[in-house]
Amino acid sequence: MKYALFPGCAAKGATPELYTSTMKVIKRLGIEIVELEAFNCCGAGVITEADPDLAYTLNARTLATAEKMGLENVMTICGTCQGVLGGANKTLQEDESLRERINRALKETTGLEYRGTVEVKHLQWILVKDFGVEELSKFITHPLTDVSIAPFYGCYILRPSRATGFDDWENPTTLEKLIRAVGAYPVEYEGRTKCCGFPVLLEKDQIALSMVAKNVGEAKEKGGDAMVTPCPLCHMSLDIYQERAEDRLQQVQGPEKTLGLPILHLPQLLGLAMGFSPKELGMKRHLVSTAPLIEKIQ
Amino acid sequence: MRVKITVKKFNPDVDQKPYPRDYFVEAGRGMTLLSALLAIKAETDGTLTFRASCRAAICGSCLMQVNGSQKLACKVPLKEELEHHGKIEVGPMANMPVIKDMVVKMDSFWEKIRAVTPYLVTQEGKEVPTEALKGLHENLHNADGCIMCMACLSACTSAEVSPGFLGPAALAKAYRFQADPRDQAHVPRLEALQGPNGIWDCVRCVFCVQVCPKDVRPMEQIVRLRRLSIDAGFSDSVEAKHITEFTKVVSEEGRLNETKLPILMTWGNFRKMLRIIPLGIKMFLHGKTPFPFKRVPGRDEIRAIFKYWEKAK
Repeated sequence: MKYALFPGCAAKGATPELYTSTMKVIKRLGIEIVELEAFNCCGAGVITEADPDLAYTLNARTLATAEKMGLENVMTICGTCQGVLGGANKTLQEDESLRERINRALKETTGLEYRGTVEVKHLQWILVKDFGVEELSKFITHPLTDVSIAPFYGCYILRPSRATGFDDWENPTTLEKLIRAVGAYPVEYEGRTKCCGFPVLLEKDQIALSMVAKNVGEAKEKGGDAMVTPCPLCHMSLDIYQERAEDRLQQVQGPEKTLGLPILHLPQLLGLAMGFSPKELGMKRHLVSTAPLIEKIQ
Repeated sequence: MRVKITVKKFNPDVDQKPYPRDYFVEAGRGMTLLSALLAIKAETDGTLTFRASCRAAICGSCLMQVNGSQKLACKVPLKEELEHHGKIEVGPMANMPVIKDMVVKMDSFWEKIRAVTPYLVTQEGKEVPTEALKGLHENLHNADGCIMCMACLSACTSAEVSPGFLGPAALAKAYRFQADPRDQAHVPRLEALQGPNGIWDCVRCVFCVQVCPKDVRPMEQIVRLRRLSIDAGFSDSVEAKHITEFTKVVSEEGRLNETKLPILMTWGNFRKMLRIIPLGIKMFLHGKTPFPFKRVPGRDEIRAIFKYWEKAK
């Protein structure tokens, strides 16, 4: 099966380590992709706040491009892109009058036509559903034994379930399956399906930082050596803002409270267990040091 | 079939902290969780306390936490819930102070509803003719379907860390009146929602959309309020600029640029800018600041799409 890879802005922008680690891992696994080189932003749920028709047309362009390439599957590597692009696909498939309106705009501006024949799947789902965890385990040469990894799903890969519908939104299991596949233990904690605070980081940092502190703090308290997420926006919030969240936590709960939990992109976790070096997986780019985790693995 | 139901019992007058208690019921065909709880109360433990009335997902009284999610007990089929989760664990809804067992203190919820002027404000001489109400039903987008069960507020991740947040139900209620052409308080109501605890405190986590038993989709109503706010001229805040500048960056470059957006959003807001600069430097040192002027392939097509909708509206 061949996938049209939709990298998303973050993997091509502020989290380039997600892109490089993804490419390394899928190449090793032999997953065939064609990258959508001229892709546009999915809108991240923000453009739709300005104009839903505009956001639908942008996403219809992406989907129609994949259709034109003769492919049936779009691979996302960002939880937010998955929710937005996948959700737009679902709505456009179901709502005929919307589809017609958007197609008029799409045809006039790009000459493309959206037919609704592709499926949008996150790498996380592809690995579990299409590729298979058993097959994946054959590539695990450096199992992460005695390591506890806290899964952090983020919002848009799970909710609303009418648009995502792959994992059980109440009790998702795909990240846990992948954590087990690399030989590690999944940490059980409440925050795994909650919000990272990213959408309000700049404007309401007290809310966002409380979320980072709560989720990371809980994962650490439950024994996590690191956290893994399928969403680069969650990664930015949990990694880049973790130090500030720690400051905030210490103001409230006292100076003995510390965070310092490495945050991994999903392909980085897989890559480590496949024997790629932390350098190859771009871990130097993280703001929270991954050194304690790497030390424990080696 | 005998089913075990574990209830988080708590009476703050007597107990130091909540404790689990197991009950067993004979689950008949089609039995709901609420029927099971009523049976337990009648036959096993008269102290078991919860709110309930209509038994038909209309009154919104029996909202509780079931296996970690916010649900109306009368809408939960016992056997299916057990099959799905392998257990039945019940407790009071989250984000609210507990009075006893599953009964919570609702005062703060009603205060939040009252804070959005949840009624039509009319003015003599400014009556709107009935014809003007054509299309109102569609424009409400089911915001009037709320039964005030509080599922959304108790699932709200923003309210969890910031209890003052007005929350999904109250804001959906606000939209219901903003969408009504008879209402004469559009601008003051919107203005009141711009400050702390208002529409910009929503993190768009989608929990409220997911748990609402009436498909009110509160987050979508909050998004509509944000759009109405910008249209009404409340567009200078960092929050509003997140939407307008984000859209502008993508319209120019085809993609989001994480270096450019924070600068544009906080431009002119000295305090905010000072706060992001140190982080920006750290990100730069870690190779996390994309070049602010990138030419991406396909840009002209993307610009044409923006132009098309700009012209159309």
